[in-house]
Amino acid sequence: MRFIFKTRYDQDIQLAKHSGHVWAYSLLLLLLCLAPWLMEEYWLAQLTFVLIYGIVGLGLMVLAGFTGLFSIGHAAFMGVGAYVAAVLSGHGVSFPISVTMAAGLSAIVGAVVGLPALRVKGIYLGIATLAFGFIVEEGLARWESVTGGNAGIHVKVVSILGWQANSGEKFYAVCLVLAVLCTLAVLNVLRSPTGRAFVAIRDSEISAQSMGIHLAYYKTLSFMMSSALAGIGGALYAHKMQFISPDQFGILQSVDLLLMVVIGGLGSVHGAFLGAIFLITMPQLITLGKDFLPAFIGQAPGLQAVVYGLVLIGFVMFEPMGLYGRWLKIRTWFELFPFYRKGMFKRQKSFQKSDRLK
Amino acid sequence: MSNILLSAHDLTVRFGGVLAVNGVSFEVRQGEVFTLIGPNGAGKTTVFNLISRIYTPTSGYLDYQGQRLSDVPAHAVAAMGIARTFQNIELFEHATVLQNLLIGLHVHNRIGFWRQMLFTPTVRDAERATRQKVEEVIDFLDLQHYRDTLVAGLPYGVRKVVELARALCTDPQLLLLDEPSSGLNVEETADMAFWIQDIQQDLGITVLMVEHDMSLVSKVSNRVLAMNQGEVLAVGEPAQVQAHPAVIEAYLGGSFNAANLRRKA
Repeated sequence: MRFIFKTRYDQDIQLAKHSGHVWAYSLLLLLLCLAPWLMEEYWLAQLTFVLIYGIVGLGLMVLAGFTGLFSIGHAAFMGVGAYVAAVLSGHGVSFPISVTMAAGLSAIVGAVVGLPALRVKGIYLGIATLAFGFIVEEGLARWESVTGGNAGIHVKVVSILGWQANSGEKFYAVCLVLAVLCTLAVLNVLRSPTGRAFVAIRDSEISAQSMGIHLAYYKTLSFMMSSALAGIGGALYAHKMQFISPDQFGILQSVDLLLMVVIGGLGSVHGAFLGAIFLITMPQLITLGKDFLPAFIGQAPGLQAVVYGLVLIGFVMFEPMGLYGRWLKIRTWFELFPFYRKGMFKRQKSFQKSDRLK
Repeated sequence: MSNILLSAHDLTVRFGGVLAVNGVSFEVRQGEVFTLIGPNGAGKTTVFNLISRIYTPTSGYLDYQGQRLSDVPAHAVAAMGIARTFQNIELFEHATVLQNLLIGLHVHNRIGFWRQMLFTPTVRDAERATRQKVEEVIDFLDLQHYRDTLVAGLPYGVRKVVELARALCTDPQLLLLDEPSSGLNVEETADMAFWIQDIQQDLGITVLMVEHDMSLVSKVSNRVLAMNQGEVLAVGEPAQVQAHPAVIEAYLGGSFNAANLRRKA
C-alpha cells in the first residue's frame, strides 16, 4: 500500500498525486501516440471513435456527473457541432477555426438550453432537454438549404493550413491532440474554484447558494462547457464519418451518451473514457457472441438494445459508480490485500441529492 | 460594542395563511453573541432564512451595515460577510472535509473562467493562498485529523464542526448559527461553547444564533431575544429574558388562559 506523506500544498493541487500517476499516464500517452504503428487500421478507427466519444462523454460528465444536471438530449449539441464543422469545412474553412466555431456555437445553444435548467430539476430537466433534442433533430432535417435535410451532407477531410488529415492515422493524431487538450481543460476546471462550485451545486444547492455561489451563473456555465465539448466531439465525429444526417443525432444517440457516462462512472473523468470504450467495443462483443448463442437469441433483432439495457440495469443495481468504481475497488483490493472488507464502499449508493432548494 | 451591524425592522413573513414572523424588530451589535430562543415553530429559523435571503419578507426590511438586504441577491449575501450554518447540516456529502472548506472560500475567488481552465500560475498561487486560509481554520477548530475524510463517513458531531468551519472560511463578519448544539452530546456542546466564545473574542466575529440549550445560551450570549409564534416576547440579557413572565409562559404554559398560546392572526 502506498502512503503519501504530504509536505506541500502543491501536492494536493497537482494533477499527478504521486510518481505512480506520472508513470502510468506517461505510459498511456506513449502507447496512444504509438497506436498507429501498433494497431491495425480497423482497431485504430475504433480507438478514434473512443477518443471522439470520450470528448463528448467528458462534456456530459461535467454536466451530469459533476453538476448533477441530466441532459437526455446531448446528441443534439453533438449534432450542432457536427453540422457547423461540416458546413464550414465545405466552404474551405480551416479545421482549427471550424472546430472552434463548432464549440462556440454549441456553447451558445447550450446556454439557451441551460435557461430552463435554472428553473426545473431532475426528471423535468430531462424532459426539457429531451424536447430540445427533438427540436434540433427536426431543425437539421428541415433546414435543407444549409444542412441538406434528411439526405445528409458530405464532410470534407480535415485540413489545417494546407495539411490534410487524409488517412486514418493522421485523423487519429488530430483526435488524440484534441482529446488530451479537452481532458486537461476539464481537469483544470475541476481543480479550481469553478469545479468546486459545480460539485457544490450537485451536492446541495441551498448550501452552495449560502456559500456565495451564483447558481444561475454556474449552471449556465456548466451547460455551456458541456455542450462545447459535445460540439468538439461532434465536429470530429462528422469528419470521421465523412457523411452525416440528422438521424445520427437523435434520441438513440443521446441515450447512448447517457448510458456511456453512467456505465463509465458518474463523477469521474476516467469514467467518460471507460464508458466510451464500453460503448465502442460492446457491439463488437455482441457480434462475436452471436455465433455462440442459440439462433433464436443470436439472430433476434434488437439483441444489442436488450444487452445494453441489461448491462445498464446491472450497473445501476450493483455498481452505481460504474466501471471506474469497479476499478477503484479492484485496486483497493490489491493495495490492502488481505485486509479488504466488503463494506468499504458502502456509502456510495446515492451520488447526488441536489433537489433540496424548494 | 455599540455599533449596530444588523437591524431588522418590523419583519413580517406570511406563507399562505400562516404568519410565520410577525412584526419582528431587533438589532445585533458589532462583536456580540446574540441568541434567538423560543419554542418550536416560533419563527427563529425563518428569521435566519430572511437574513440569508432564502426567503423575502412580506413586509419590513433588514439593514446590514447600512445596506438594505432585500436589494441583494441570495448568492451575494456571503460576499457581504454573512455566513451561516444549517439546522440539519447541509454539507457537500460526497466531498472531503478539505473540499468542503475550500468551497467556503469561493466568495474570495477573483479569477476568471479561462484562466482557471488553463490553470495559469496566478490560479496556482490563488489556490495555495486559499489552502493556507483553510488550514488556519482547520487548526482553529482542531479538524486536522479529518482533513481528507469524506463528509458522508463522519459522525454527526464532527459534521457540525465542519459546517462551522466552512462558514468561518468565508471570512465573515456576521456568523449565523442555526442550533449549533442540536444532536451533540454534553462534551461536544461544551466544546461548541468554547469555540463560539473564541470566534467572538479571538476572531472578533459577531454571532447570531438560534439555540435551545439554555446552559449554552446563558454561557455564551451577550443578549437574548425570545420569540413565540412569530412575535418578539422579550429582549435583553440571558438572565433577564429567562425570568421574563411571557417567556416562562411560552415554554411552560400559562396557568389561566390557554387561548393566549394560539396564533392571533
